[in-house]
Amino acid sequence: MASTTPVAGTPDRSAISLSLLRSKLLPALKPVIAPVIGVLGFLLLWTIASQNINTSLGQFPNAGNVFEQFSALYQEHAQEREKEEAFYERQEKRNAGRVAKDPSYVPKIRAYTGKETFFDQIGTSLITVMSGFLLAAITAIPLGIAVGLSKTLNAAVNPIIQIFKPVSPLAWLPLVTMVVSALYATPDPMIPKAFLNSMITVTLCCLWPMVINTAVGVASIDNDLNNVSKVLRLPALKHVQKIVLPASVPMIFTGMRLSLGVAWMVLIAAEMLAQNPGLGKFVWDEFQNGSSQSLSRIMAAVFVIGFIGFLLDRSMLQLQKLVSWDKKSLA
Amino acid sequence: MAGVTATSTHAKELGWPEKEELTFGFIKLTDMAPIAIAYEKGYFEDEGLYVTIEAQANWKVLLDGVIDGRLDGAHMLAGQPIAASIGYGTKANIITPFSMDLNGNGITVSNEIWKQMKPNIPKMADGRPQHPIKADALKPVVEKYKSEGKPFNMGMVFPVSTHNYELRYWLAAGGINPGFYAPHKGDTSGQIDADALLSVTPPPQMPATMEAGTIYGYCVGEPWNQQAVFKNIGVPVVTDYEIWKDNPEKVFGITEAFAEKYPNTTIRLTRALIRAAQWLDENNNANRPEAVKILSQSNYVGADYEVIANSMTGTFEYEKGDKRPVPDFNVFFRYNATYPYYSDAIWYLTQMRRWGQISEDKSDEWYFETAKKVYRPDIYEAAAKSLVADKLATAQDFPNFATEDGFRSPQTHFIDGIVYSGLKPNEYINKFSIGLKQGETL
Repeated sequence: MASTTPVAGTPDRSAISLSLLRSKLLPALKPVIAPVIGVLGFLLLWTIASQNINTSLGQFPNAGNVFEQFSALYQEHAQEREKEEAFYERQEKRNAGRVAKDPSYVPKIRAYTGKETFFDQIGTSLITVMSGFLLAAITAIPLGIAVGLSKTLNAAVNPIIQIFKPVSPLAWLPLVTMVVSALYATPDPMIPKAFLNSMITVTLCCLWPMVINTAVGVASIDNDLNNVSKVLRLPALKHVQKIVLPASVPMIFTGMRLSLGVAWMVLIAAEMLAQNPGLGKFVWDEFQNGSSQSLSRIMAAVFVIGFIGFLLDRSMLQLQKLVSWDKKSLA
Repeated sequence: MAGVTATSTHAKELGWPEKEELTFGFIKLTDMAPIAIAYEKGYFEDEGLYVTIEAQANWKVLLDGVIDGRLDGAHMLAGQPIAASIGYGTKANIITPFSMDLNGNGITVSNEIWKQMKPNIPKMADGRPQHPIKADALKPVVEKYKSEGKPFNMGMVFPVSTHNYELRYWLAAGGINPGFYAPHKGDTSGQIDADALLSVTPPPQMPATMEAGTIYGYCVGEPWNQQAVFKNIGVPVVTDYEIWKDNPEKVFGITEAFAEKYPNTTIRLTRALIRAAQWLDENNNANRPEAVKILSQSNYVGADYEVIANSMTGTFEYEKGDKRPVPDFNVFFRYNATYPYYSDAIWYLTQMRRWGQISEDKSDEWYFETAKKVYRPDIYEAAAKSLVADKLATAQDFPNFATEDGFRSPQTHFIDGIVYSGLKPNEYINKFSIGLKQGETL
């Protein structure tokens, strides 16, 4: 298993091929080789580590175990969909029976009550994180612009931002949960409380980087631009629209990227803590299961969480590229 | 023909459920089985109930969920609805129409403590330790730790859990003081005058916490004692069956408001749970292997099949390899396990008083009234009778409702030999050598 020794060029190889490699092939492959070596190195380290970690919950999973669990998770998903179909069939039959007995009854189709599979949980988490993030963006960007434009407002709001910014989701969550359950007391809620709790916690945690970055972006607009605006006597709204926004877009997006990263991390933590549906709950449930496959399944979830986080960041970057005029400032 | 008419008139009587979509919470323990079975076997659907079952992080989250309506009902520690109704911890009116099981817990100590306990335990002819093991064997170990100035930490799952009371009962019966609560002084740690310091750890984390050395032993439900055996990190020394034979364990809790608002739904969910409990005990536990398979799914208990099967199928493995028959380790239906006896509620109240969670003296009347507020045999009776009318059960399966007064006859099978009668709570409290007695306050 551990026989993959990633040594490509040993000194006894001929110097010519090595120089050829260096001059032609290497530049072309450079963007590929380094990541591949990185990943292989990681896999090697992981394999070695997993063989040496034996916990009370079982052997630490290796790549093979994790892969196995991915397919097991997929199978569970497929099975669950079959059960779902049967569920709806049974329900229709039952409804028909009831209508036969009680013609005034208007049959209702209730959603499937079975467990959320791993793939359902991914969907739930993505929806939650995007809702929380959008809510935060809608609040934070206008606030950030206002704070950036007015020194007085900045002085007023700054201490609050500084104090709330470092607060962990674990501290917000109980507060959010209590407030939501107290205020949102309908017997048959349209939006599940658990979703609201996760979403608001995410919002509270990812608000701050956006406010700060937007404010800094707005405040540091080139004085020439401000002067142009003054000369043209642009009204306040026009000033924001034509001067402030375009000039601070790169900073706003930097803030949004930071926030989205925070949002994703916070969401997983909030789901774990509050058992709200999503990937975090999946991880926590597996940890509580303590079965011999639990570690591999958690590891599988870890990869998915990381991969999704990466994709979120990339898509934010693409969005930034689309709307930003200053392409050079992008990494 | 007469039977058919009876059934149809009865269906009219019971009526359709007012609320059909329900969410129930549970903690990953084998005694949540009736809920899982009622779902998987379609008993909920037979009642027209569409139930979503959700695992909860810990008992506190679960209780809050039921109180704030996120959950419609849940698998609960018997002490939870009782404590909530007297306002210990969180105040709320929670009732139970259905008791979920008897027995099902164990006390496990770490390998190190077991090594030190073992010389103090009498042996059988074949060299294996003689059961039940009393806390007398642990006493010298605790004393040694105490004299060395080291705290002797143990885990239980919740301040008002059966496990807390069972662990305390076992320790106190062996002369080890598990400490008192003094809520009127703001002390809810339960460690006043304690020889062994008990603290809260959620069930599934017990084995890992013990392996980390934070606690030396714990009392928890299955499969977390057998898990310790499988993982070689501890030895279950005693089951709760040996501490108190056929003790009441979990209950199914709903808010009083729910029961009032949705009376048909309440009776119907009770019917489904009764049928599930019956199925679990049917034909001498013949269905247990299938039940274990269901419970081992990751959305229910999720532990490995073998670990859950160890206790669910009538055996219990103490020290590794020392597997002994305990046919009644998990009882879900026989011996009227599901009937909510007032006397069961009163026992919990006596233990709350014994350990100071109820800080002031209460009259016997108070015990009866409190029990009647929480335990609702009337709902159970309605569900049971309608099941009999629908021919889904027979009258013999249930207590004789015409004569039943809600009190079990005095129970004798306690590890310390003390007899419990629910009709005389204060007299019972006065029998213990360790614990608050009538008239005592801290």
